[in-house]
Amino acid sequence: MPEQLFQFLLTGITVGSLYALVGLGFALIYNASDVVNFAQGEFVMLGAMLTIALLGAGLPLPLAALAATGLTVLVGLLLERFAIEPALGAPVVSTIIITIGAAIFLRGAALLLWGKDFHRLPAFSGDAPIQLGSATLLPQSLWVLGGTALLVLGVRFFFERTRPGKALLACSYNRTAAQLVGINVRVMLRLAYGLSAGLGALAGILIAPITFSSYEAGVMLGLKGFSAAIVGGMGNPMGAVVGGLLLGVLESLGAGLISSGYKDAIAFLFVLMVLFFEPTGLFGHKVAERV
Amino acid sequence: MRLAGFYGFAALVVLLPLLFPNDYFVIVVGASAGLHAILAVGLNLLVGYAGQISLGHAAFFGMGAYASAILTTRFGWPGLLALLAGLLVAGLLAWLLARPILRLRGHYLAMATLGFGVIVHVILVQATDWTGGPDGLSGIPPLNLFGWTVEGDLQWYGVIAAAMLLAIWLSLNLVDSQIGRALRAVHGSEFAAQMMGIDTARAKTQVFVVSALFAAFAGSLFAHQQAFVSPDSFNLAVSVELVTMVVLGGIASTFGAACGAIALTLLRQGLVVFEDYEMLIHGALLMAVMIFLPQGLFVGLGQALRTGLRRCGLGRRRDRHRSLSTAGVQDPGSPP
Amino acid sequence: MRSGWWRSMSAAALLLWGGLQVASAMEPIRIGAFLTLTGPSASLGDPELKTLRSYIADLNAKGGVIGRTIELHDCDTGGNAQQAIACVKRLIEQDRVDLLIGGSTTGDTMAVIPAVEQARIPLISLAGGIEIIDPVKHWVFKTPHTDRMAVAKIYANLRKRGLTKVALITGDGGFDQSGRAQLHQLAPQYGIAIVADETYGNQDADMTAQLARIKASNAQAIINFGFGQAPAVVTRDAKQLGITLPLYQSHGVVSQSFIEQAGAAAEGVRLPAAALVVAEQLPDANPQKPVLLAYKRRYESQYGPVSTFGGHAYDGLMIAVAAIRRAGDVDKAKLRDEIERTSGLIGVAGVFEMTPEDHVGLNADAFRMVEIHNGSWRLLP
Repeated sequence: MPEQLFQFLLTGITVGSLYALVGLGFALIYNASDVVNFAQGEFVMLGAMLTIALLGAGLPLPLAALAATGLTVLVGLLLERFAIEPALGAPVVSTIIITIGAAIFLRGAALLLWGKDFHRLPAFSGDAPIQLGSATLLPQSLWVLGGTALLVLGVRFFFERTRPGKALLACSYNRTAAQLVGINVRVMLRLAYGLSAGLGALAGILIAPITFSSYEAGVMLGLKGFSAAIVGGMGNPMGAVVGGLLLGVLESLGAGLISSGYKDAIAFLFVLMVLFFEPTGLFGHKVAERV
Repeated sequence: MRLAGFYGFAALVVLLPLLFPNDYFVIVVGASAGLHAILAVGLNLLVGYAGQISLGHAAFFGMGAYASAILTTRFGWPGLLALLAGLLVAGLLAWLLARPILRLRGHYLAMATLGFGVIVHVILVQATDWTGGPDGLSGIPPLNLFGWTVEGDLQWYGVIAAAMLLAIWLSLNLVDSQIGRALRAVHGSEFAAQMMGIDTARAKTQVFVVSALFAAFAGSLFAHQQAFVSPDSFNLAVSVELVTMVVLGGIASTFGAACGAIALTLLRQGLVVFEDYEMLIHGALLMAVMIFLPQGLFVGLGQALRTGLRRCGLGRRRDRHRSLSTAGVQDPGSPP
Repeated sequence: MRSGWWRSMSAAALLLWGGLQVASAMEPIRIGAFLTLTGPSASLGDPELKTLRSYIADLNAKGGVIGRTIELHDCDTGGNAQQAIACVKRLIEQDRVDLLIGGSTTGDTMAVIPAVEQARIPLISLAGGIEIIDPVKHWVFKTPHTDRMAVAKIYANLRKRGLTKVALITGDGGFDQSGRAQLHQLAPQYGIAIVADETYGNQDADMTAQLARIKASNAQAIINFGFGQAPAVVTRDAKQLGITLPLYQSHGVVSQSFIEQAGAAAEGVRLPAAALVVAEQLPDANPQKPVLLAYKRRYESQYGPVSTFGGHAYDGLMIAVAAIRRAGDVDKAKLRDEIERTSGLIGVAGVFEMTPEDHVGLNADAFRMVEIHNGSWRLLP
């Protein structure tokens, strides 16, 4: 049993870092705009599908990945400009429906472009499993883990050390105050959408060799990423990472030790329990209500 | 006067099948739209009036449906008794969940209700011995109402239309009751409502239970009408679609919710002809409505119409007042 | 004066009526198809619809059937049972079809059976689940092999290799769970012991937790009943964990995309499949061979790689057309009786011999055991 436990943990951390990467994108946009972007999963799907398509068109992998990320960023910016900006100040439910609409729209576009089949991106460094004691790991998992670590550090650096990052953070605390000290909130909004689209695309590229991809691949990832961001506390990027890892490990342990059929129920029961005891997630800041 | 819109709507609902008695679109799609309207009107009480989002409402819909399906097929219960049992189960569960869940705000509440919906869906898929698993349960007997067996699409249209009108009527009355006013106060500012001496937790629990009852009721009818249930009809996508209906039609308006439900049902049927372009158009339309009419189709268009009329010198002062009260958010004490 | 008016009116009415009679004789035969064209099972409905369109165009170009053209009305269920019911009602009530072909999935088919029986219209299903025709339903037929035949074929192959302890791993969809039920039901009959029984979500990205449990059990072989990309994930993860046990897949993965997705890990995987995928490897004497090759050539010249699912639609259409020709018109009850009398019809899935007790008319021999070898299907003896 202990040897299996190690395998469950390894699996859980790999899957968890997928969720963490998607959750990070949710947190970024929420920080800038108080909007939960339900099209975040579709950014992930676009990154993967575009890379596969460009690779198929003959581009080498690094170039294809780069171009796919750029294109997805462009989609993110367009979404912000034409769907989010005109609806600034609309009720929260309206913005939720707008992003859901955007998600359906992007899925529809992917369906037209690439059909209904599942597509596979070849693993970056082969499929030969790596033996770690009694457990095994695919080389692609190392790419995912390393990529997640790098991106998380990058996001952290961006928020703590760079001017635009600090400005974005200021917006999340108090948008009016940020505007008063001369931060252009609109520019910040675009920055946030572009960044999280890029993050999503990179996540998609890293995980496509593991999950396969299709026009609907973003749905499940979006759902899990949202859960990760909520468990961590909405708007706290590091919280989303911890939340994603927790969820992944929990799912894997649930499937391995309790029941594989009920593993999603176990994961969501955990989310509910967290919220019942910590109504703003594990690391969310508590906000006093203004009357 | 308050119910004038209601009577007009009821007349339309009755007239349609008389004009088109054998039309698939009116009878079958109409019945489906009616069921959705019951669900949306119930959900609107929670989302629109109390300002509490729920992304797991399909769970209560499913509980009603499965209660009817399981009790009638496996235990031979009469349909009406099974329907009552479904209401009891859904209501009880909503009551138990209301306090811990409705303590949450905004997106945390969205997550919690979503999680609840997913858990119920997983149980429907996995508890194969009870629910028949992913392939569902078939052979649900027709509904028997005091000796009259509901059979055929036209009769079902009648039953569902009557149920929908009942739901709308209940909702209209509830909104204008003391509970309704308390709810709107909660929507405005929960803290302020508490200061005014409103037991906000109680008000929220009540509305959560009521909207769960609406959903379970629709679920029971659905199970008998389709003679078949499977977990697909109660998954996250359905929950999201229900919220979409409420918001699309116009939040915090009973007729808005009903119209949103009907509009989206018709839209989904109509878009089928576009085949592969269906999703693209569906998504674009959702975005466009929310961007250009953030208050929803029914409320937004209604207001645009009234503004237009007033510009032409036809509007009356009362209209302005009524439009505020249908928007209903910051106007807790509007006169009946 | 008055009587003259009446006379001319009735003459006109008679003329009109006669005209209508002639028109109705020339009315097209309407076939309604409800298929999963979107959603996770879209890979089923897509080739099915293409096949129907292609062959109906061909039939019409040759002058139609019993002197009438065929009109295809299709409706996308999205793999959603509720939508399937709405589709069938639309096809029956609005499009007034004479016969139904579909659903692509067992779930869709089971959902519409009450509506089909109420409308008294023949239905030819393209889905695998045995519950569609067992117990026999008066108006319902199907063309693919049943999942019970697939299980029987797998178990027989296991016994041939002397293996008796198996681990199951299945998805949470209808196809998977219906197959899982058959695996449990038939195990005692073949002397097979099920020593592990795992499930996964069809959208899951990783199955190593479940497979690690199987690895720790004393299973001698693994059977994965699944659909979509999940079986490819199972195949890959089994390889990752260094599991060397023989892996059996179901007929749900018979497509080139499975081989592409699972990559090298797919080597040596065995599964029961319709003869279509190994058509060229069949002996020339096999009466099915020309039918298979003709279908394959026609489909591939128009749309690209063939799939067995499209073959099910071909069989359904051919059974329907033969029945219409025998019946001479499209009276629903007559048509149903003629479908039940289908005999010796060589289709893509096998030779159909329907009876009042057997509404699929295939036997387990129609399945072939194939193994993936060098990235393609190899027929096992």
